[in-house]
Amino acid sequence: MNAITGAYDWLATGANWQGEKGVWHRLAEHLYFSGVCLAVACLIALPLALYLGHIGKGGALAVNISNVGRAVPTLALLILLTLTPLGEHGDAPTLIALVLFAVPPLLTNAYLGMREVDRAVVEAARGMGMSGGQLFARVELPLAYPLIMTGVRSAGVQVVATATLAAMAGEGGLGRIITAGFNLQNTPQVVAGAFLVALLALLVEGVLVVAGRLFDPMRRSGGVTH
Amino acid sequence: MAEQNCLVTNDWICGEYLRTRSQELTDATLQHVGITLASVAIGLAVSLPLALLARRWRFLSGPILGVTTVLYSVPSLAMFSLLLPFFGLSVSLVVTGLVLYSLTVLVRNILAGLQAVPEEARDAARGMGYGPLRLLWEVELPLALPALLAGVRITTVSTVALTTVGAIVDYGGLGTLILDGLDTTFKAQVLTASVLCVLLAVVADLLLLGLQRWLTPWTRVHRIRTSRAARKAAVAKVAEPA
Repeated sequence: MNAITGAYDWLATGANWQGEKGVWHRLAEHLYFSGVCLAVACLIALPLALYLGHIGKGGALAVNISNVGRAVPTLALLILLTLTPLGEHGDAPTLIALVLFAVPPLLTNAYLGMREVDRAVVEAARGMGMSGGQLFARVELPLAYPLIMTGVRSAGVQVVATATLAAMAGEGGLGRIITAGFNLQNTPQVVAGAFLVALLALLVEGVLVVAGRLFDPMRRSGGVTH
Repeated sequence: MAEQNCLVTNDWICGEYLRTRSQELTDATLQHVGITLASVAIGLAVSLPLALLARRWRFLSGPILGVTTVLYSVPSLAMFSLLLPFFGLSVSLVVTGLVLYSLTVLVRNILAGLQAVPEEARDAARGMGYGPLRLLWEVELPLALPALLAGVRITTVSTVALTTVGAIVDYGGLGTLILDGLDTTFKAQVLTASVLCVLLAVVADLLLLGLQRWLTPWTRVHRIRTSRAARKAAVAKVAEPA
């Protein structure tokens, strides 16, 4: 397959990694967009979802928001935002779109995680005289943790994917290598860029899985096994 | 003249655009629907045997579920681009990419549906002399239908949205109009095509919901008993390729 050896040659060429349009710069842009937006999305979605889960309200919102997120095409939203006055402010459309698409998986998973906590355990904790805050911090949060992390992982993958699509709306990031390849009708460059993007997405997912296990509160306490 | 102005002033909402470009919009919508239908149909045809293989041979279920999960994490632009050397700039490239995405949810849901078939139902069918094929077709698949159709609904909605990315190879249905609208900063075209795209997803979802109710009338009776399981199933669905 010519395109595959071509892609290998493209990746092996040092010049393709250097400079404004090089892999390193595009990767830095990609990681910057993804990291900032994932953090902002977590700050918005997690407190809200955990609070709603704790008081047991707003379930319809938390669950339906992921259905809405699924029906809205990422590309359409990116391009719509680019054409609004926001488009004159550089990266703003991309950053907003990235946050918007990262919120649904975070919100839905964290909410479901809180609600899936065994009601008997919650009642027992209340019976022991735990306050709302204690119940939240010592019982609900540790038990909801695996699903919260599932949400963070999905959001991370989503953010990396959306940042790739931002290239089609004229933004930077690794997707730019792919779109530039399409414009130049340079299939090896398209494949090389796609390989890098896929690798990044899988790496990000892998890192979030490992981080999730490392910080698992149930792992450290060691007392509870399922 | 006032109507023509909205094209000149590049308004977001423009009746004149709808009137003058209705053919273009219809063509794009039909292409969008065609790509989605083909992808979901092929996805279903591929995932059913995969789910059966994963059920029949335990050692295969890990790799099958693992590979389809990994595919799900690949960003759509990268997925289509990786298929470029194999398919060139063609509609088959877009359909293949969408089929690969559909496998994750479909295989999982079909497998979960088949595994949830009560052992008594199987025993009863075997006792009545059903062979494996007839058992599958007349007992197991109908009982797995709610889970299967739930998977089809999720897959269809995300496929409608993902088809837009096919614009990169000029086969993105409404996505092609959206991307063209960016190059020409044609606001009415971008907004109209985006709204149509969301509408398509909503209509497809409602049609499938109707189909689901019509094909599986018994699920309505047991709603209360299955709601917990349904919520559990919902947990697995929230990851989306973009």
